[in-house]
Amino acid sequence: MQDFILTAEILDKARNAIEGSLIQAGVRTALLIDGAGNILSNCGHNTDDIDAISLAALAAANLGATSQIAKLIGEEDFSLLFHKGKNGNIHFGRIGDELILITIFGEDVSLGLVRCRVTDLSETLLKIFEG
Amino acid sequence: MALIDLSKKEIHCKIVYYGPGRCGKTTNLLTVHSTMADNARGKMLTIETKGDRTLFFDLLPLNLGTIRGFNIRIQLYTVPGQVMYAATRKLVLKGVDGLVFVADPLQVRRERNIESLEDLRVNLLDYGLKLEELPLVIQYNKRDLVDTPIPTLTVAELDADLNSVFNVKTFEASAVTGMGVFETLREISKQTVRYVTNKHLLHVTK
Repeated sequence: MQDFILTAEILDKARNAIEGSLIQAGVRTALLIDGAGNILSNCGHNTDDIDAISLAALAAANLGATSQIAKLIGEEDFSLLFHKGKNGNIHFGRIGDELILITIFGEDVSLGLVRCRVTDLSETLLKIFEG
Repeated sequence: MALIDLSKKEIHCKIVYYGPGRCGKTTNLLTVHSTMADNARGKMLTIETKGDRTLFFDLLPLNLGTIRGFNIRIQLYTVPGQVMYAATRKLVLKGVDGLVFVADPLQVRRERNIESLEDLRVNLLDYGLKLEELPLVIQYNKRDLVDTPIPTLTVAELDADLNSVFNVKTFEASAVTGMGVFETLREISKQTVRYVTNKHLLHVTK
């Protein structure tokens, strides 16, 4: 697993890409983290209301556990994970091997739109972080 | 894996407390959490399970101040010690930058300590990491039991079992009373920050 060195340029590019896509689509918060649970970027409307450090650690663990479940049933990995709540939903998507994009959104945004945007963003973000 | 944020001038490191079941890894974190000032510690995260055993992990984020203008942020993790939780134990090790091996000094747990250290070595190899190349300190916990009738291992015996190969710094501690907990944390933090910064040629001296 590689170490990440984040420069202001990389972070600005990533933030612009996420804001131009997911935040514009109406999602509340988008959090880009790595597989070890470190936060790379935190975008959205109510970023201060969420305990992002805990969320990132649990999300990384959640995807790690899901990946083990995938192996148990003969799958390589599950590329996405989605939890539905009463007022809020959360979507986890893998970006390459190292990164995870967490999207929190309400009933006013459709899951299909989030999935499309995350898929599009995935390529953009990979290019930004892998140079 | 470490994360170095040049725009916010922050270095994030991950330190994992490893050891056999019931050796006191979570107690170490609880003691750090209850003793540190509010502005230096984050929220301690424990995944609720039935009973007092760690099922997945505990997490305690800390802010250790600045070194050469960089804010040092450390995340302390524990692993589940029980043998059957091998898969989750390995997951928590992902991206580790520094390790504390917590040893249980009870004579009946002697084999468990040795097995756990070997388990750690093997799990790291799966991530392409060598235990001897990572920052590591060993903590001999539960030293408050030495004066009780409960049969415990001596420091010499623990050294022979666990530290004859690695020859790293060891600390006698009692996580329940707080003795040795901060000495352990201080040493592993120092070694980990130095390891991460040297790796990326930031040339931090202390």
